[in-house]
Amino acid sequence: MSTLDSHDSERRDFLYIGTGAFAAVGTAMAAWPFIDQMNPDASVKALASVEVDLAPIEEGQSITISWRGNPVFIRHRTAKEIEEAKSVPIADLPDQDARNANIDDGSPATDVNRVIEGKEKFLIMLGVCTHLGCVPVGEAGEFGGWFCPCHGSHYDTAGRIRKGPAPENLLVPPYSYASDTLVKIG
Amino acid sequence: MSGHSTYEPKNPLAKWFDKQLPILSMSYDFMVFPTPKNLNYLWTFGGILSMCLVIQLVTGIVLAMHYTPHVDMAFSSVEHIMRDVNYGWLLRYIHATGGSMFFIAVFVHILRGMYYGSYKAPREILWILGVIILLLMMMTAFMGYVLPWGQMSFWGAKVITSLFSAIPFVGDWVVTLLWGGFSVDNPTLNRFFSLHYLMPFVIVGAVALHIWALHIPGSNNPTGVSVKSGQDTVPFHPYITMKDGFAAIVFLVLFAFFVFYKPNYLGHSINYEIADPLKTPEHIVPEWYFLPFYAILRAIPDKLGGVLAMAGAIVILFFLPWLDTSRVRSAKYRPIFRQFFWLFVIDVVILGFVGANPPEGWWITVGQFATAYYFAHFLLIIPLVGLIENPKPLPASISESVLANHPKGEPAAQPAE
Repeated sequence: MSTLDSHDSERRDFLYIGTGAFAAVGTAMAAWPFIDQMNPDASVKALASVEVDLAPIEEGQSITISWRGNPVFIRHRTAKEIEEAKSVPIADLPDQDARNANIDDGSPATDVNRVIEGKEKFLIMLGVCTHLGCVPVGEAGEFGGWFCPCHGSHYDTAGRIRKGPAPENLLVPPYSYASDTLVKIG
Repeated sequence: MSGHSTYEPKNPLAKWFDKQLPILSMSYDFMVFPTPKNLNYLWTFGGILSMCLVIQLVTGIVLAMHYTPHVDMAFSSVEHIMRDVNYGWLLRYIHATGGSMFFIAVFVHILRGMYYGSYKAPREILWILGVIILLLMMMTAFMGYVLPWGQMSFWGAKVITSLFSAIPFVGDWVVTLLWGGFSVDNPTLNRFFSLHYLMPFVIVGAVALHIWALHIPGSNNPTGVSVKSGQDTVPFHPYITMKDGFAAIVFLVLFAFFVFYKPNYLGHSINYEIADPLKTPEHIVPEWYFLPFYAILRAIPDKLGGVLAMAGAIVILFFLPWLDTSRVRSAKYRPIFRQFFWLFVIDVVILGFVGANPPEGWWITVGQFATAYYFAHFLLIIPLVGLIENPKPLPASISESVLANHPKGEPAAQPAE
């Protein structure tokens, strides 16, 4: 009788653990499609790049274009603005990372690392405040760059955060020059 | 509610039915439920809130029949409701105003619980369920406000969803998951519509649990003294149903005033401008009921810190039953706590004003002090006052306190001559 008992309990343990394991793995696998469907779909991802002609942008002029649903600022900076941005010591910056998708991660946030070398005049970056996503207003704020009206973040003429709650510099999206004046963003 | 029902259906059909599904005896028990006889009008807000939930459900389901959750059509479909749909203007104004009225009622309800110590044992679970309902209401209201796809809808959605980007390591992944894209866009609007329709039913479920948890210990009352005998109570019907009904009608007068005379007073005119993802309005503010929390968010000059403080301002409510060290429930018998209670109310109102104003100049300082006080109220004042305060003597029972107010031979109310 005792052998039969132990045989029975082994069988029950096996069924218990087996059912539990399958239920756990099955639930996790079934849950994933329900979570992943929330991620950007193929049609959203397809809108990945735009081309912009920089030739008509005069010095001191800015344009805003839409890339993947977000504003991208393109500013033809004045010599004074570039000079101001260059004169800031890195140690004074709250975020010392260049946040430039076109260069190595963790590069220092010097003015030249915020643009593409040789094209310092054109500052191209996402117009999305790194605090909570509002669109900063150009040629405003205490550093003559951008000012976010939502929660009071001040960015300088290189789009670097200088004062306020935003943790990071305005992000520089991946872009490249297709010709001297034609830039491809994304 | 506990124990067997005393209800015996007389009608044989009712008897047969109730034996298989005891819904009749349950309803009967609900109606005769013993309720403290000294409840004041602040206790009518539970009923008022249930009414608000029903109003939002009914108007919302009807509005969904005429609304289109697509970025190109949402804004104009709301205008279509306002201009073309029969009585559409009325239904939409009731729904939009109803959100605000819901929050007015819930804030009174919560403050009543805080004043009379309704969160204390044996009602901690009841209180926690209430805080969960508040959170669900906030989520529902937030997603509903996005649907008209005006400027404030869009930028409110952008800012609030971006709060999640403050989470270390996974923040950006979470935000993309919420958006279904690289910004607030059509997928976001679509899912918000789906969830805005779902959440009220989740609230209905939470309310059912809240009422269930209420019916185990029964209602607290203005003295905070527990019910000791049948002398202390009256049956729910007709006493409380009548009182709740009267209060609900008075509340509806205020409701109707806003719907018919000031339908846009509680909203923002800029939300009649269609959403523009490339331009943030100069001054964005959430709806009035979120302003104190918004002020707390902005008081901390650090992204993660601000988000944690704002979340903490609500999460701290969950711990209130254990932060309070006093054994006396009602502030009526707590002379020191009573004053701090009103200071807390003033502090929250100040936070509201701070949240409504731009984060400049002395508003920042005021906001930081008011935020510090908000947390000090829960973490310092409530625990300490409970320890040092000398409460006034409590009445022996609810009946005794009622009789003390109206000595024998001097009836509470004189019949009209």
